[in-house]
Amino acid sequence: MKKITMLSIENITHSIDVWLNSTFNPTVAVVLESLIVGLSVIGLFALLGLVLVLMERKVSAYMQIRLGPNRVGPGGSLQTVADTLKLAMKEGLTPDGADKFLFNLAPFLVIVVAMLILAPVAFAKGTQIWDINIGVLYITAVSSLSVIGILMAGWASNNKYSLLGAMRSGAQIVSYELSAGMAVLSIVVLTGSLQISSIIYSQQDGWWLFKGHIPAVISFIIFIIAVTAETNRAPFDLAEAESELTAGFHTEYSGMKFALFFLAEYVNIFIVCAIAATLYLGGWMPLHIGHWTGFNLVMDYIPSSLWFIGKTFFLIFVIMWFRWTFPRLRIDQLLNLEWKYLLPLSMVNLLLTTLIAIEGWHF
Amino acid sequence: MIEEVGTTEQGDLVINVGPQHPSTHGVLHLVITLNGETIKKVEPHLGYIHRSIEKMCESLSYRQFIYVTSRMDYLSSHINNHGCALCVEKGMQIEVPARAKVIRVLMDELTRLASHQLWWGAMAMDVGALTPFFHAFREREAINDIMEETCGARLTMNYMVPGGVMADIHPNFQKRVKEFIAFFKTKIDEYDELVTGNIIFKNRMIGVGYLSPESAVSYGCTGPTARGSGVSCDIRKLYPYEVYGQLQFEEVTVTGGDCFARYMVRMQEMRQSLSIIEQLIDNIPEGEFQAKTKAVLKLPKGEFYSRVETARGEFGVYIVSEGATTPYRIKFRSPGFSNLSALDHMARGHKIGDLVAIMGTLDLVIPDIDR
Repeated sequence: MKKITMLSIENITHSIDVWLNSTFNPTVAVVLESLIVGLSVIGLFALLGLVLVLMERKVSAYMQIRLGPNRVGPGGSLQTVADTLKLAMKEGLTPDGADKFLFNLAPFLVIVVAMLILAPVAFAKGTQIWDINIGVLYITAVSSLSVIGILMAGWASNNKYSLLGAMRSGAQIVSYELSAGMAVLSIVVLTGSLQISSIIYSQQDGWWLFKGHIPAVISFIIFIIAVTAETNRAPFDLAEAESELTAGFHTEYSGMKFALFFLAEYVNIFIVCAIAATLYLGGWMPLHIGHWTGFNLVMDYIPSSLWFIGKTFFLIFVIMWFRWTFPRLRIDQLLNLEWKYLLPLSMVNLLLTTLIAIEGWHF
Repeated sequence: MIEEVGTTEQGDLVINVGPQHPSTHGVLHLVITLNGETIKKVEPHLGYIHRSIEKMCESLSYRQFIYVTSRMDYLSSHINNHGCALCVEKGMQIEVPARAKVIRVLMDELTRLASHQLWWGAMAMDVGALTPFFHAFREREAINDIMEETCGARLTMNYMVPGGVMADIHPNFQKRVKEFIAFFKTKIDEYDELVTGNIIFKNRMIGVGYLSPESAVSYGCTGPTARGSGVSCDIRKLYPYEVYGQLQFEEVTVTGGDCFARYMVRMQEMRQSLSIIEQLIDNIPEGEFQAKTKAVLKLPKGEFYSRVETARGEFGVYIVSEGATTPYRIKFRSPGFSNLSALDHMARGHKIGDLVAIMGTLDLVIPDIDR
């Protein structure tokens, strides 16, 4: 363990904390720390946006027998930087007849919500902005706020396509939040805690996906389906539904305001995948199998941040895979799927999980 | 009556779909009345790309007007040219050499394949799956390359002329077509695997946009649209032209009447076209590719009509001649126009997503409708 702690982010953050507290008085140190954290969240946001958009384009190109971006920078790696610059230069139009205040507020609301959810996500061992004791509840609560931004954008645009897209999105997010919540609850039941760090530590001897028997697998699948719907990704991209509503709720947005929606979409994908990785795949916890001490030791040598990033990006890839393979559902089928199948299933599943937790059948 | 775009007194939303809209495949303009997500009415507004092709043809000679028709249904330009050439040949009583007949049928079927491939990709894109589009284009590209070698063009072919075809086939033609058939046979199974069996796709298609056989006939639907309702209307079978009478192939009819039936018709038609090409590709007779015709064609006084089966349905050419070098009046019966007329009937009561799916299965080519 000694060797990896040399490089781990935990050490870096800890030494920064110690240095700040020894140099300044505690109040200033806290303010400075918040500033650093805020800046790094914004930096992370930009980085995630750039990486994920490029990844999406490369993944889609791979699936569509194309090359994808390959001109700007080595292997097209700077393509999204160029695109962002282009978007930043563009004029941000506000249509006549739009509710200007709400229209301009909506993208910021969406992005702020995405930033807020980043707080309890554990990126590596000991690297967490805010290890609140109701972490999971906080995530579920805050993530429901983004629908307000989308409804606001759709309504304020004064465009019927936007309105239809926003209404669809509202119905969809509110419905799918239920089964996402149920799926999260089943892990909370197994762990007995809402705190992200203790959920991760409970998976020290094996991830919940493997430890929790079939109910955990079912709730994992339900969670992935529900978050795909919540982030408005295909096959549940009805809010945007390119072939039906042109661009859905952000039809009227241009320039940087559009870019913010776009960025929020990708950051949301990252967040939901990070949460799925945390709850079911052990977050930054390395793969441990029971009493295989040798194997567990080898796995420990891989830095925790790599584990986290690997799991998260694998799930992101899966969600991208969905998008480039499946056709889109219709709005009534979408709601049927949730209310008639997923919700009853996740309720029964929650009961089963509770049984397993009470009887202690999990490994 | 054209309704104002806005909100009606009953609180229904009236919105423009198109002329610039991702799913109208070009520039179709629909005005739809919505109650929430449910469609109450669909009104196609035509004329956005009307180019007055029929009128243009009246001032062109019988050799020249055929080129203009490539620009109508640009996805089956061979077949359009073919229909016009047939009509002129009928009037002039030109006997087409056997070789030209076989080449024409081969080209027609390759065009039908290319058109159905593009339709398959676009249709999948309409219901939200973007990847099939690129897969369809990969195969279509192979056909386009074959066409390019022989006809010198990839979209507006202008290859069929009165009396035969413009030039002989390229020496590589047979080899490349055979390669293509072997290649495409594996790909068409992939099509089924990727889209046809998909549960989401089936849910989007089955039971959507029902068109009864009676209404299919009364709206004048032809081609896969009518055959999806179980109406037998394949011109290649009913009024065989060129060598179609001697070929072994089946007219595909499916009785469902919904989007999935129309989808299945086209998927099976692709296999039928493959079989037609396989039957002919090794049996191209030797000889002339073009009959000897006069330099200036003058149709005798009278009325002439010919019909062919395009990828979308029955394409009719009606020429009224006064004995001059140009037609007195020319009228095209385009399949897309009649098929589009059934859209309102099919889409009422469905959701917006279904409208897009129904339009996809109608396989609309807008320049064919507007002319």
